[in-house]
Amino acid sequence: MDISNLTIKKAHSILVAKEVSARELAERYLKEAHAKSGLNAYREIFDDVIAQAGEAQKLIDAGTATMVTGIPLAIKDNILIKGKIASASSKMLENYRASYDAGVTEKLRRAGSILVGRTNMDEFAMGSSTESSFYGKTLNPHNPKCVPGGSSGGSAAAVAGGIAIAALGSDTGGSIRQPAAFCGCVGLKPTYGKVSRYGLGAYSSSLDQIGPITQNVEDAAILYDIIAGHEPKDSTSANMAHQSVATTLNADRKMTIAVIENYLNEASPEVRNRMMDGIKALEKAGHKIMYRNFINSKYDIATYYVIATAEASANLSRYDGVRYGNRGSNENLKEMFIQSRSLGFGEEVKRRILLGTFVLSSGYYDAYYIKAQKARHFIKAQYEAIFKEADLIFMPVTPTSAFEFGSKADPLEMYLSDIYTISLNLTGLPGISIPLGMDSKGLPVGGQLIGQAYGEQALLDGALSLERELGL
Amino acid sequence: MEIEIKDVEHLAGLARMVVSDKEKELLCHDLREILAYVSQVKEVSVAIGEPEPGELHNVMRDDVNPHESGIHTETLVSAAPSRAGNRVSVKKIL
Repeated sequence: MDISNLTIKKAHSILVAKEVSARELAERYLKEAHAKSGLNAYREIFDDVIAQAGEAQKLIDAGTATMVTGIPLAIKDNILIKGKIASASSKMLENYRASYDAGVTEKLRRAGSILVGRTNMDEFAMGSSTESSFYGKTLNPHNPKCVPGGSSGGSAAAVAGGIAIAALGSDTGGSIRQPAAFCGCVGLKPTYGKVSRYGLGAYSSSLDQIGPITQNVEDAAILYDIIAGHEPKDSTSANMAHQSVATTLNADRKMTIAVIENYLNEASPEVRNRMMDGIKALEKAGHKIMYRNFINSKYDIATYYVIATAEASANLSRYDGVRYGNRGSNENLKEMFIQSRSLGFGEEVKRRILLGTFVLSSGYYDAYYIKAQKARHFIKAQYEAIFKEADLIFMPVTPTSAFEFGSKADPLEMYLSDIYTISLNLTGLPGISIPLGMDSKGLPVGGQLIGQAYGEQALLDGALSLERELGL
Repeated sequence: MEIEIKDVEHLAGLARMVVSDKEKELLCHDLREILAYVSQVKEVSVAIGEPEPGELHNVMRDDVNPHESGIHTETLVSAAPSRAGNRVSVKKIL
């Protein structure tokens, strides 16, 4: 039987109907993953995939399979899987074996999913193209000259390349949504606190969130249901019971959707064209469209690069060569710290640590860090004002489609490409990237729907209606 | 304020890193550019957006039910680059 192009839902139904075994499905995806190793999507394919399939089959045979039992998933290299290397695609952690499972890993294991391997990413999640990985770049399956996006480039490439049915990524400034858009996938960043950060390598603790990268909206809802929920071991976890969204998806729900007009006009013509298709589709689906403007996005980026780098400089101070990770020269303690960190961190990571150190340093802390925290409230207030009149917001994910390798060598130019995704991390709001079609070069373009805090049901309902209407 | 090479050296020292002379040049240039951009954050009016008092608070659990002593020791110490028995080993500190 044809077991290519499977979604979570389709794969689940053929597994449960015993039309294919978990082992056969796993073997197929392993074969594909090896055949497409040129993508460099996986850092490592785990050696226990068949054994995991065996465990999944037991659940299927016992009639206790969940929606993701036996489903091959790709996991970003910064999410801990006990006993497996989690390197955050850095040299610093190249041989670090996770001493515990991340909260999301525990949930996926309990649900019987197959963790195929860990995916390539920008080093320590700092980047928008996966070019800063210590282990080489990942190719965009749609065009090998183009980046898959970042920092979850490997996860998006794995899903788009058909070597995982779905994947987990992490999003601090757009790192799920942007690679999903570049690779033609769906990428969901949940409301901050809905998915545990326990066991996620910390980059910027007030901004990081784990989320699904999938082939369609329904799969995103299914995987989100599995990983979401209160986590006692994450003190930033939202203290609320999770209500399933996948079982109550309603694409017929009519809503008021605010399109951010100035962002639309600032995007490239190709992105604008696809966004217009998206707006037409939302209108056809019966939603009411209104047009609003946001204040200049430059404040978003400035605020983000102060806060994220400040938090990163604090979070990455744990990499000192003492208890884990690569250790540099051992002359004396200070030398050990300096050598471990200088040799273990790449260029972009060093750049962000230094910037973060600057904005937190004596004499500059008030002018930069405190100011940025205040600006963050200002940005949130803008969203709250729009949500008084609209249920969802629609805007681009990226200003352009996937760019070519090496084309954004200037770091500031790279940072400016995050303009449409960053504010969601600053505000904690949920957002989803949905494929809108291709540009004239055959590269995918994504559109972004944004919901109210903890409003994933409305968000996914809207996303499903858009996907259905576009009929891609 | 304009970043100079000596500032890069100072920051690197604070962050416990060394950077080569070539890296210092590049970082100096990059940091100047980025800092010029992020300095726009100062334009945001002070009157807007003061965090509410008590908006953020620490979340703690009760200090009860400790796990059995030593159950995680091997897992954790085995990750250390250098160990002596159940201890992480480093060069003399004092």
